[in-house]
Amino acid sequence: MILWWIGDIVLLVVLLPVVVFLLRRVLEAAQSIVPSVSRIGVAAAAGSNDLDAGALLLTTQDQVTQTVAGVANYGGSLDVILDDAD
Amino acid sequence: MPAAGVVMIIAVVVIVLALVYYLVSTIFALRKIASGLDDVIRDVTGIVEKSAPVNGIVTAINVQLDAGVDLLEGLLVKKAGLVDALGLVDGLYPGAAAAGFRAFPDSTTIEAPRIGEVYTKGTLTLARLGREAPIAAASPAGPALRNIQYGSLNARLLYPEQRQSAPEKMPRSPVIGTDAPVQYEQRDDIGRPRKRLPTGS
Repeated sequence: MILWWIGDIVLLVVLLPVVVFLLRRVLEAAQSIVPSVSRIGVAAAAGSNDLDAGALLLTTQDQVTQTVAGVANYGGSLDVILDDAD
Repeated sequence: MPAAGVVMIIAVVVIVLALVYYLVSTIFALRKIASGLDDVIRDVTGIVEKSAPVNGIVTAINVQLDAGVDLLEGLLVKKAGLVDALGLVDGLYPGAAAAGFRAFPDSTTIEAPRIGEVYTKGTLTLARLGREAPIAAASPAGPALRNIQYGSLNARLLYPEQRQSAPEKMPRSPVIGTDAPVQYEQRDDIGRPRKRLPTGS
């Protein structure tokens, strides 16, 4: 009978607090991740929105192509108009 | 049942209840995390998809800009000569001659001449183009080098400002000739016998 009581005391005084402590720490760790994930999500969404302008690079490339073509045309014309140095 | 057994059962039930409470709470927290990570993965996938063509496009733009720079440098060197070209660039951007031209590695070793605001060779070339060069004629290799129909405008710009802006009233040119309303140099001897110079005899 005394062993039963000793077992009860160990169960209530030692085992239960340890279990509650460990589970509480696990829960706190899991809950602390939630706001971090939320912030990461907000940052990723903002980064994705910022890259919406990346499609305009195609327009920029087209503009650069046309500009360089214009420069080439002007250069070709100047090459015809002006005498060479040598 | 002894009292110790009842206490044992109660302790086990309490422990199980604690396990259930905390584990269920942990499960909900992990579900939130999983949901948040799904959103993050979706946004990061968007970032990856949107940034995928950036490298190729920027590389292509750089290649085209490099070609433009090479073209302009080559044209400048071809027309002005490497030494004069360095001097002209250095005149516009002091110190730029030290960097030289990319397509001409030897240009970094050349001492750039000091060319002031007036580059005689260029001035003469421009004057020649504006006054007498046949730049209004169509190029045999392509379209017209200059607007043929309105090509006179550039030449007109070489004259003083008064004529360029086309003012409404300018003094009219005098009318000359026999039918002019005002006869300049009215001579008295017109229609009379020509004077004869005295002879020596």
